[in-house]
Amino acid sequence: MDLKELYQEIILDHGKNPRNKKKCNGFNKDAKGNNPLCGDKVHVFLKLNDEKQVEDISFEGEGCAISIASASIMTEIIKGKDFNVAKKILENFINMLKEGSKPSINSLSDNENTTIMSLSGVKQFPMRVKCATLAWHTFLHAAEDNKKVVNTEK
Amino acid sequence: MDIKEIKSKFPIFINKAKGKKLVYLDSANSSQKPKVLIDRISNFYSKEFSNVGRSMHSLAVTATNRFEETRDLIKKFINAKFREEIIFTKNATEGINLIATTYGEKFIKDQDEIIITELEHHANYVPWHFLRKRKGAVIKFAECDKHGEVSIDSIKKLITNKTKLIAVTHVSNVTGTILPLNKIIDLAKTKKIPVLIDGCQGAPHLKLDVQKLDCDFYVMSCHKMYGPTGVGVLYAKKKWLDELPPYQGGGGMIDEVKKDDISYPESPTKFEAGTLQTAEIVGFAESIRFIENIGMKNITEHEKEITEYGLEKLKKNNSVSIIGDPKERGAIISFTIKGIHPHDIATILDDDGVAIRAGHHCCQILHDKMGIPATARASLGIYNSKEDIDILNESINKCNKVFNN
Repeated sequence: MDLKELYQEIILDHGKNPRNKKKCNGFNKDAKGNNPLCGDKVHVFLKLNDEKQVEDISFEGEGCAISIASASIMTEIIKGKDFNVAKKILENFINMLKEGSKPSINSLSDNENTTIMSLSGVKQFPMRVKCATLAWHTFLHAAEDNKKVVNTEK
Repeated sequence: MDIKEIKSKFPIFINKAKGKKLVYLDSANSSQKPKVLIDRISNFYSKEFSNVGRSMHSLAVTATNRFEETRDLIKKFINAKFREEIIFTKNATEGINLIATTYGEKFIKDQDEIIITELEHHANYVPWHFLRKRKGAVIKFAECDKHGEVSIDSIKKLITNKTKLIAVTHVSNVTGTILPLNKIIDLAKTKKIPVLIDGCQGAPHLKLDVQKLDCDFYVMSCHKMYGPTGVGVLYAKKKWLDELPPYQGGGGMIDEVKKDDISYPESPTKFEAGTLQTAEIVGFAESIRFIENIGMKNITEHEKEITEYGLEKLKKNNSVSIIGDPKERGAIISFTIKGIHPHDIATILDDDGVAIRAGHHCCQILHDKMGIPATARASLGIYNSKEDIDILNESINKCNKVFNN
């Protein structure tokens, strides 16, 4: 376990200055997520257009540097993508944290790849994986109109 | 008192993690276990095991005697009047649920009121919430002030002729506040209202005399008392236990079973359905002896010294804010660091071998009141020293370095 791999520059930056941390204009879908063990909360807002493209995405919430950074990074990466691509990115991201596999999405730019990879260190800290995945699961609930609040302990 | 020697009786401290020694500051969550307890449980299983209170063979007789010996030791430990007033549960949570269920069943009607405080652990709120849902009871919260204190007046003003129970914690598991139990119980007695004490953070650290205290119910969790997991104790005044209906039904808790009716024995049997944590209860006798050999007074004094040292040290650390400032504080220091979430603090401290807890500590009502979602908490046991506090403080400084504060 190496703290430097967990708290990389990119993560600290997103944790301190989260992007898209607001209610985005014209959102047509939203979902909430909770981690009842630690009290982390996230609310994801999504504007999905008729072509099933993520026109806009944002979040509100409170939590640790990892959960805020992960939510912030998610909004940056997913914004503008087709929902099916976004879903693939999400699956890759979760596999990266759980299995340690590298994301293999052709549609990600080098910059996006570097950003998403900055969260790969979380895998070494099993207690923190839930912090990093909460916003992503919540995004999926929003997109699929799943009204159930995401609960990391379910 | 030689803390190094006492610490050497806990095997967990022998092993190092990542070359660092363990600085265990999470005893409010659960304490570490002395070797005497571990050995006793192992020996009991190896040489003496049998179920208790049922069979006639000699193993069963010995096991039953050992099991009941623990009950006698607890009676003495908290100075209960009768051994029948000591009921084994799986934890303090079950003790509160037992009272909420049985007392609720018999004595709580629609619109009856239960007073708790804003400091309560979820274990002393959720069971009453069930009663609110089931019976229409009203739950009133005595306010906690900015110091983390619950004044006697804040309880007094909530009492009406519908108040049927006051349930309060002995010591807050977040602010460390020691509640003015004597005053609360005196007040309740003048109104003939029974009082339940959640003793999770009291029983492991403070000398108890339930007769002198004169509470009606007192619950504790043995795993916070250098004891095993899966065992709790409910103390209740005999008059209540005679009146209350049984809690769970099953083997062991019956008198006579007929097709058309069932009768029940007296306490404690009435409230102890099924096979309990036999080996753990037998083992817990060693935890009590361990505490008594050191002396509860010595434990309280030592922990007070380390807590005060910790408060002084952390107050000097500019990045740290300490939660609550009660006049009487137990062995708990909760804190936040500006700009760093408590979970991140816990992860960084863990890297230095420092084990603390971060989160809402099962006290969401209190955290909502304070307007902070989570805190970091260092809580002490008899094995902690000033050196542990120094390491904690250094590690807090490291948090600031990691986050470039």
